[in-house]
Amino acid sequence: MKSLLAIYRRELVSYLTTPTAYVFVAVFLLAIGMFTFQAGRFFDLGRADLSSFFVFHPWLFLVFLPAIAMRLWAEELRSGAIEVLLTLPAPTWALVAGKFLAAWTLAGGALVLTMPLWATVNALGRPDNAAIAVGYLASLLMAGAYIAIGSAMSALTGAQVVAFVLAVLIAFLLTAAGLPLVLGFFEGVLGAGGAEALSRLSILHHFDAAQRGVIEFRSLFYFLTLIGLFLTYTALAVDARRGG
Amino acid sequence: MVLEVDGLRKRFGRRLAVDGVSFAIETGEVVGFLGPNGAGKTTTMRMIAGFLEPDEGTARIFGLDIARERSRAQERVGYLPEGAPLYGEMTPVTFLRFVAETRGVPPARSRHVVMRAAQDVRLGAAIDRPIETLSKGYRRRVGLAAALLHDPMLLVLDEPTDGLDPNQRQAVRELIARLAQERAILISTHSLEEVEAVCTRAIVIHEGRIAADETPAALAARYPGGLEGAFRALTKGEERL
Repeated sequence: MKSLLAIYRRELVSYLTTPTAYVFVAVFLLAIGMFTFQAGRFFDLGRADLSSFFVFHPWLFLVFLPAIAMRLWAEELRSGAIEVLLTLPAPTWALVAGKFLAAWTLAGGALVLTMPLWATVNALGRPDNAAIAVGYLASLLMAGAYIAIGSAMSALTGAQVVAFVLAVLIAFLLTAAGLPLVLGFFEGVLGAGGAEALSRLSILHHFDAAQRGVIEFRSLFYFLTLIGLFLTYTALAVDARRGG
Repeated sequence: MVLEVDGLRKRFGRRLAVDGVSFAIETGEVVGFLGPNGAGKTTTMRMIAGFLEPDEGTARIFGLDIARERSRAQERVGYLPEGAPLYGEMTPVTFLRFVAETRGVPPARSRHVVMRAAQDVRLGAAIDRPIETLSKGYRRRVGLAAALLHDPMLLVLDEPTDGLDPNQRQAVRELIARLAQERAILISTHSLEEVEAVCTRAIVIHEGRIAADETPAALAARYPGGLEGAFRALTKGEERL
């Protein structure tokens, strides 16, 4: 546990002392603002809710979060510092979890910075604040899943750019499986039942469900399983490096 | 026994990098690991430090198997990797505190522990500068300080004096001699002069196997040309260009 905390702190400080993280967070905030107000027509809708804000989260996250996570392991492998890390008496899962939590904290920080929007809808009307809180929770869980994917690809490939591209691809496939367009295609191939089952495996399906104001237990379970799966994969990829 | 290495073997693809290496080290010994580049020194040290897993054989540190009880064994080793890779954006003091805390040193004590190790390797004013701006010699010292932090009874140092100037080299040798009194130390080096100066035993490794394991004086006496003659005779056939 001590080693997990030490890794977490080191990783978080390393994010906060390099300009990259600030640039990513700033661009994310700019982008989410633009999408919400322009494409989402936040004011024109005349509704006091944040649906036009949350709807863009999956699509922005699936690009931004792999960019944040791509360095987690690839940078260690490039600089050789992995040898320092793996010869410290810390279990691999603590290293993996510490790094993941640092990146997740950064994503959480970016979400916190969008809260003026929440204040705005409260000033303009009387939104369902419980629903918005659930929306934020689902968004945070989804962010965790995208970061876990990025972490796994970073450990697997050991090259930042390759890790980024693969993570975006996997994240996109997992997300888009819930789009009506994709569903329509699979209905032809797998039949209605198969397409329905596939959509239940998509990030979008579970994120959309939470946008109706209730986070179901199975959605919670879904996101935590995704995180667990990809972090396990990260740990396996890191341990495989010990095999030479 | 502090370190017992028994039949270590490691293969990379088709190449057998380490082929059945066995030796043991006791407290008070400074063992010099000698051999041409690619002989298997670094791979052996990486397996002892728990960075690489052996394909066959074991390394036990105070009886703890590095493959089966890795973390507990690693708690007892101070390891300096070859080239001393570090986190460039950190300063030595933040890096050393990170290592101390990961090793479970309570935060209240970590400052004291870091300062003592920094003093041991004479980091001086470099302690607050970003590691990426430091010279090779200072980086090596930071790596050495990280290996010493938790006061381990076994030190595994991969080329601790490589790239240092003569004054720095002398300082590191004096440090090793001082530390050796209560510890077991394994160092790899290309400098035969260093082996004569600090080592109580020399292990020559060639093509993944141990070619000689005796005191530097005994080794030097067996071959014409002293230690250098011995090294050449034992590792012949490597450098045909």
